[in-house]
Amino acid sequence: MRSTVPLLVKLLATAGFGILYIPVMMMMIYSFNRGKLVSVWAGFSTKWYKELWYDDVLLTALYKSLLIGFSSATISTIFGLLIAIAFLRFSNFRGRLFLSLFASAPLVMPEAVTGLSMLLLFIAMEASFGWPSGRAVDTIMIAHATFGMCCAAVVIQTRLRDIDKSLEEAAKDLGGRQPFVFLSIILPLILPSIIAAWLLSFTLSFDDLVIASFVSGPGSSTLPIVIFSKIRLGVSPEINAIATLMILTISALVMIGSFLVLRRDGKK
Amino acid sequence: MTPFIRIQNISKKFGKLLAVDDVSFNLERGELFSLLGPSGCGKTTLLRMLAGFEKPSEGYIEIDGQNMANVDPADRPVNIMFQSYALFPHMSVSNNIAYGLKRASLPSDEIKARVEELLRLVHLSGMGARKPSTLSGGQRQRVALARALARRPKLLLLDEPLAALDKKLRSETQFELVNIQEQLGTTFIVVTHDQEEAMTLSTRIGVMDNGKLVQTATPNEIYEKPETRFVADFVGDISFLEATVIERTGKYWLMEAATPIYAIGSSTLTSGMKVSLAIRPEKITLTSQSTGHLNEFPVEIEDWAFYGAGTQYKVIGPDGIKLKVYQSHNQPSHANPRHLETGFVHFSPDATIILEG
Repeated sequence: MRSTVPLLVKLLATAGFGILYIPVMMMMIYSFNRGKLVSVWAGFSTKWYKELWYDDVLLTALYKSLLIGFSSATISTIFGLLIAIAFLRFSNFRGRLFLSLFASAPLVMPEAVTGLSMLLLFIAMEASFGWPSGRAVDTIMIAHATFGMCCAAVVIQTRLRDIDKSLEEAAKDLGGRQPFVFLSIILPLILPSIIAAWLLSFTLSFDDLVIASFVSGPGSSTLPIVIFSKIRLGVSPEINAIATLMILTISALVMIGSFLVLRRDGKK
Repeated sequence: MTPFIRIQNISKKFGKLLAVDDVSFNLERGELFSLLGPSGCGKTTLLRMLAGFEKPSEGYIEIDGQNMANVDPADRPVNIMFQSYALFPHMSVSNNIAYGLKRASLPSDEIKARVEELLRLVHLSGMGARKPSTLSGGQRQRVALARALARRPKLLLLDEPLAALDKKLRSETQFELVNIQEQLGTTFIVVTHDQEEAMTLSTRIGVMDNGKLVQTATPNEIYEKPETRFVADFVGDISFLEATVIERTGKYWLMEAATPIYAIGSSTLTSGMKVSLAIRPEKITLTSQSTGHLNEFPVEIEDWAFYGAGTQYKVIGPDGIKLKVYQSHNQPSHANPRHLETGFVHFSPDATIILEG
């Protein structure tokens, strides 16, 4: 039986989604504009996409963003997994409450604060033992891994919490030993959440502007930084094109991630 | 001869809570022993100590002459069937059963043959490739049993093995479980809160209350000769009468419980002692007229419930003493006395259980 939705709710929902997505769609449409002006339609063309291909600055930034995204997502996922296991499998260790606070605080901290504090840390580290020398790809990677790790821990914990503890005991009872029990029983069951956590961390890193602008140095501008600086010189349809590509990539990743998380839950 | 399984003065403390309190008992090879008790009585903790998931705070466990104190769960000749079954959801039925065999690094054709044999044992031949999520509750239970038996444990622990099944399936599975146990001769310890289950399954029952093992005996003895009020009350239906011992008259003791009652009891009783008299409902006979039997008194019928094979009455005797009476419908004369409002009950002195203190 379908319940009838009141008209007002329908209108509000349409308006809400409209406000969210109409600008994005406009931008996507104008990325196919032939003219140089962003707001005047001059016919269909894919030339801005072709131009992207020859824009070395953008391509270098894209490469750096991907490199940072891949490596920081991988680090985030590994540490997030370890945090999740620590919370759920070792129930009463000393400082559990503190760790749980510290592990989730960066999620709600303003990005500017995170960025600035990271910057100060890197400067202090450089001053005291010479590493990292200056701000570059590695500092952005570390900063991204730090907050990606918190998201990954949350995503993996929700899945791990649902796993019956007697599964692990059954495996041990049947002669299994760690780490084999973990690899053969727990890991396959939480794998979707691990992939989802990786995708989420990657997405966060890939579209981060604020933290990256604090901890990046000369020659290590990521894609969002380059786009942002280009916009200050005036919006060109080329920006529309790259933004369209970014949105499509990120939505695809987020959709795969949520699908993996939801599919497991739906099965039960 | 040393017993096959020896549990000696086992205690377990969780912080200040004494979950298992100085429990000792021995098992012979091939026994089907039930640990019976209400939830929170420590029976599951005891089971987990046998499996090796918990370390006893005191005491020791010996299996086939081997002290289990420092033996890892993986190395114990013990397997456990969990209440939740704990089947590995991402593995097929066959792989679930083979998990323990693979850990023992047997050759793969031997593992295959053993898995087939176990599937046949639990009547699941041909289901090996299925995933646990596609099986019914009863089938899952059997997979869990097969998996726990795969390594030929010397002792199999079953945590509430039938709790997750519906009533009809439960009684079928009970017999099935006993069959398999007799066929294999493996020693079983079953943890249950269901007294009926413990009665039908086991060769012996250990009743637990508040961390203590209060009585260990055969199902028959537990039912007929409970040693404490807790056991009498927990196992089966029973009525209690508070009585005072008056004197010994020949074979029986004469008691006063609002009405004179003759009861069978040990010679340790003395005149003036306060005791509890316990009587099972089916040992009491309800009649419409006085029959002149020993231990007869008039009652008012307060309530009754029809059970098909019999009727259970709640009756009130002299001085407000309350009794439960069960009349089986095995004779025409008993078939329909429920229109009665008053009547007489009587019971044999041999049917009484005297609980001191």
